Amino acid sequence: MAENGADGEVVVELDNVHKTYRTGEMEVHAVRGVTLKIRSGEFVALMGSSGSGKSTLMNILGCLDRPTRGRYLLDGQDVSPLQRDQLADFRNGKLGFVFQSFNLLPRTSARENVELPLLYGVHRLSNAQLREKADQVLRSVGLAGREDHHPSQLSGGQQQRVAIARALINDPEVLLADEPTGNLDSRTSLEIMAIFQKLNDEGITVVMVTHEADIASFARRNVVMRDGLVRTDRMVTQRLIAADEMAKLPPLETEA
Amino acid sequence: MRISSTFKVAGRALQKNKLRSALTALGIIIGVGAVIAMVSIGNGAKAQVQAQIASLGENILQVFSGSITSSGIRTGFGGAGTLKIEDAEAIRREVPGVAAVSEEVFSTSQVASGNQNWFTRILGESSEYFDIRQWPLAEGAPFTAQDVRSANKVCVIGHTTAYNIYGDEDPVGQILRIKGVPFVVIGVLTQKGFSLQGTDQDDVVVMPYTSAMKRVSGGTTLRNINVQISSEDQIASAQQQITELLRQRHNIRAGRDDDFTVRNMQEVADTANATASVMTGLLFAVACVSLVVGGIGIMNIMLVSVTERTREIGVRLAVGAHGRDILTQFLIEAVVLSAMGGVIGIIAGIIASKVISMVKNWPTVISPLWMIIAFLVSAAVGIFFGFYPAREASRLDPIDALRYE
Repeated sequence: MAENGADGEVVVELDNVHKTYRTGEMEVHAVRGVTLKIRSGEFVALMGSSGSGKSTLMNILGCLDRPTRGRYLLDGQDVSPLQRDQLADFRNGKLGFVFQSFNLLPRTSARENVELPLLYGVHRLSNAQLREKADQVLRSVGLAGREDHHPSQLSGGQQQRVAIARALINDPEVLLADEPTGNLDSRTSLEIMAIFQKLNDEGITVVMVTHEADIASFARRNVVMRDGLVRTDRMVTQRLIAADEMAKLPPLETEA
Repeated sequence: MRISSTFKVAGRALQKNKLRSALTALGIIIGVGAVIAMVSIGNGAKAQVQAQIASLGENILQVFSGSITSSGIRTGFGGAGTLKIEDAEAIRREVPGVAAVSEEVFSTSQVASGNQNWFTRILGESSEYFDIRQWPLAEGAPFTAQDVRSANKVCVIGHTTAYNIYGDEDPVGQILRIKGVPFVVIGVLTQKGFSLQGTDQDDVVVMPYTSAMKRVSGGTTLRNINVQISSEDQIASAQQQITELLRQRHNIRAGRDDDFTVRNMQEVADTANATASVMTGLLFAVACVSLVVGGIGIMNIMLVSVTERTREIGVRLAVGAHGRDILTQFLIEAVVLSAMGGVIGIIAGIIASKVISMVKNWPTVISPLWMIIAFLVSAAVGIFFGFYPAREASRLDPIDALRYE
């Protein structure tokens, strides 16, 4: 698998994971035994139609939810038996989240949004340190000069980049993205994919939920789910490079 | 463990909603302001009552002539002329615990000096009167026991009388004509203000009771006798002994009513004090209601805020906030709001009581103790009413919170 750049250690290991919800008398088997390994440096697109269990699996991967059965090892540690607050610490230290609807705090500057995970982190940082770290990450996603803008003053793509910066601030093991381009136009989606690919090239593991096949083809590996099970798990053969795709688009008259 | 960050987070959240924060705090501002203003007014009223009580003199028994029933006509206090000078002397001589006695004669009259005249109250008293009433002179000297024995034509005048007759002139040494008789003004009393009954105590001319009987009112009986008892615990027994002594002196048989009345001024004072306390209590209760309403306002806004900020809470939980971080954040927000409201409320209360005392001319006493209490109570209100919304927020499930629309 060396050609995919996925020759690192296993960071995510799901072993026969089940998730069952009870809604009244009905039992919903959202995930029915998923076994999956993701190595450091991989870029995985998790696909499937709605109801396939991909969102539930994503919540489990994100330590927002616990499996009903089976084991989940994150960075070699079993997170299945952890309590609420311990899971929170895992999310804070090892995971970064990017959401479809950005989920930035309104009326809050980009910088303060990015600082947010640091406030709940293990290390106590001074205001100056917080600021410096946040500005540095914002620069790395191309938002230098926008640090004091509020979400309402930023375009959708810029907002998603703030969210990516927030996800990166604690140097996570895995970057989890839930339909990161779902609310964006195709050009902006390419911009976001370009960032993900750049981050992945720098060695960050990315797991992205999407139902768009063309977006999935920017990843290195596609995992397709149906009815709570993994149906296909294959390497992307004709991988698209976001930077190249952007060059093919007709030029814009005005910068967004 | 990360309380400083939580303070930062809470502070940012409050700043983001300045108007809402201000309006939420307004409830507490009004509540605390009301408490402070009410307590100031209540304390002021109490202080005024106590000052008036002190101006009556300490441990005073007043013996009034009157309440006669022998002829079937009851004439009321001071009316019947049953008290004689000898009765006062007997009290002075025979009742243990008596410190001072002043025989009192009362009338009203037109008084004149030069081309000015004034209608005022004429009090005949003994020379001990000024000690009994704790009423020092602003100028000149009081009349003496010798003046009383000789029924000298001297008098001491109150501040109001002095002002109305002499204006800015010095009254001491001037002649004051009362019912055509020239009296020498030998002193001016210090200002005492209004009595509990609302009469201007400074609108008065005080002279030896002998002079008043001989030269002004013409009678030979006393309206009342002011008796000062040396200590408070002797008042009750002195009251009883005076009653027995006077019944014996007036030959009142057992079973018949007294032809005099002994009034314990301490009781009057206690009643007035109790009234003031009840008023203060009522005002305080009303103010407390507004404080509780303010607290409910905080709870209300915090609950709305938790609902409105569900997604924010979800994001915070997703990026690693513990339930306790959320709990403390919302609790801090509530407490900061209420404590700030408390501080502003204290200032508002002080201003309000100053304004009231200026406009209404009511005395107000601002109590530092109550400021501290009001502040602590407002902070406690924040904790109490902020806890429920904060707990609701901290119990949210991150997945549900993130999906919340």
